[in-house]
Amino acid sequence: MSDLRQLYQEVILDHYKKPRNFHPLADAHRSAEGYNPLCGDKVTVYLKVEDGLLSDISFIGSGCAISMASASMMTASLKGKTVTEAEAFFERFHALVTGRAGTNAEAKLGKLAAFSGVCEFPIRVKCASLPWHALRAALEAKEETVSTE
Amino acid sequence: MRAENITLESRSVSLGFDVERIRQDFPILKQKIKGKTLIYLDNAATTQKPEAVLEALRRYYTSKNSNVHRGVHWLSEQATRDYEAARHRVKSFLNAGSEHEIIFVRGATEAINLVAHSFGRKWVQAGDEIVISAMEHHSNIVPWQILCEEKGAALRVAPINDEGEMVLEEYEKLLNSRTRLVAVTHVSNALGTVNPIRSIIQAAHSKGIPVLIDGAQAAPHLKVDVQELGCEFYVFSGHKIYGPTGIGVLYGKERLLDQMPPYQGGGEMIRSVTFQKTIYNQLPYKFEAGTPHIAGAIGLAAAIDYVNALGLETVAHYEQMLLAHATEALAAVRGVRIIGTAQDKAAVVSFVLDGVHAHDVGTILDQQGIAIRAGHHCAMPVMERFGVSATARVSLAFYNTRQEIDAVAASIHKVREVFG
Ligand SMILES: Cc1ncc(COP(=O)(O)O)c(C=O)c1O
Repeated sequence: MSDLRQLYQEVILDHYKKPRNFHPLADAHRSAEGYNPLCGDKVTVYLKVEDGLLSDISFIGSGCAISMASASMMTASLKGKTVTEAEAFFERFHALVTGRAGTNAEAKLGKLAAFSGVCEFPIRVKCASLPWHALRAALEAKEETVSTE
Repeated sequence: MRAENITLESRSVSLGFDVERIRQDFPILKQKIKGKTLIYLDNAATTQKPEAVLEALRRYYTSKNSNVHRGVHWLSEQATRDYEAARHRVKSFLNAGSEHEIIFVRGATEAINLVAHSFGRKWVQAGDEIVISAMEHHSNIVPWQILCEEKGAALRVAPINDEGEMVLEEYEKLLNSRTRLVAVTHVSNALGTVNPIRSIIQAAHSKGIPVLIDGAQAAPHLKVDVQELGCEFYVFSGHKIYGPTGIGVLYGKERLLDQMPPYQGGGEMIRSVTFQKTIYNQLPYKFEAGTPHIAGAIGLAAAIDYVNALGLETVAHYEQMLLAHATEALAAVRGVRIIGTAQDKAAVVSFVLDGVHAHDVGTILDQQGIAIRAGHHCAMPVMERFGVSATARVSLAFYNTRQEIDAVAASIHKVREVFG
């Protein structure tokens, strides 16, 4: 059970059950959809970018606890950050869930470090990183749906 | 329900169905996963292989390996004989009229693609229609979509009701003079529904329309007699009936296969080749271009022998008992909703758990050494029909036990613990 508790940490379950910033943004500057064809998880990320700052960020979608909590915690962590900081978060988060992050990087992730258990579940890595790929696509202003396949 | 389970169970024991002894035939079932004995309940995806199949493969590769239909030497003669004997066993298994009607392919998917290409090329034109059902696996949807797109034909879909049963009156309304083929599944992999294919075939035949039956999920569980059914095509995959991957069967009526153009060109499928003209080989070789999966066919025959020795009817009785038990045990868990509640079902229980995504159910069960499928089961339109993005699916085989099902139910309680 310990691996499972490590994966489904309280904070993750909390964000799954009560997702933060869970709505479309009517005045979004950019948005992108992420889709995982393996399990049908879907997430759309909305961004307002002002002077290199993510002044607002939100998401909608449906999927497993890992993908939804990841989206919720991503939006909570990135609101008010600069685009450059968001990109650094992407890299650190990706390193974390693929088991390549050092403890130093984990410390810099704040609450997102709760996803450290994911690396023990290789098939769930895509769930955790799906909203982040959508974020990156939105930052790069790609219009099409990004897929984790 | 319970009383009936008990009579069924004691009957299966009296018929000599000893599941513990049968489990000994499947080496993989002894394996530990994450410290726990494997509980394999993903049989609709693929089945495990008995020792007899593994041994047939080993024997072929260690003592008979060579190419078929071309060597003058002893080994090739042996391999050819075994390969053709395998075809004969498949013919008997389906009760086909002739070996000419048994084409070895990679699996159900390739069999359907073969028909879509070859039958489609010859007989489907702009304005024509192909009829499928709303419960098809993607492999019985996409090849027809590709064909329809190419030809300017239209795909028509017979609806299913809330139980997951085909609505026959609506299906019959779709049949008309433009319908070139009906292609429906015998048993649904996502819902477990056993379709009334006799009525489906009769309705089509009454209008002169040929029928393809996707038997991928049926052949492992039900007795199939293609002559009695009368369908023009019947397809299944070896790996879902305890045989190897990479081998499957297309049964087709000789009268049609004879008129159909080849699917692929190459060796084996020709009688003579010049740069001006190629004369195709006779059936079934016309549709078997290239070196076939010889070992696979031999392994499939061993699997068929194994299932026949157990007796398909005995197996079906036992599986129905398991299905009733699984349905009852899962439905008793708070928040479980079973998707697919047809009157006539086989071996599959698909379900959703309130507030928990199927993927999370799958991961938590996996930690207990329990293998189930979580996802859309290559049947996204079925998921859409029931308003879910994914289901968890328990699919049974004759080597499963009541205790294994109880372990699943207990683990779903554990999912509840994790998710609160
Ligand atoms: C109903 C049905 N048809 C077709 C297929 C395709 O079988 P294969 O992948 O072996 O070609 C499957 C496999 O899941 C199936 O369940």
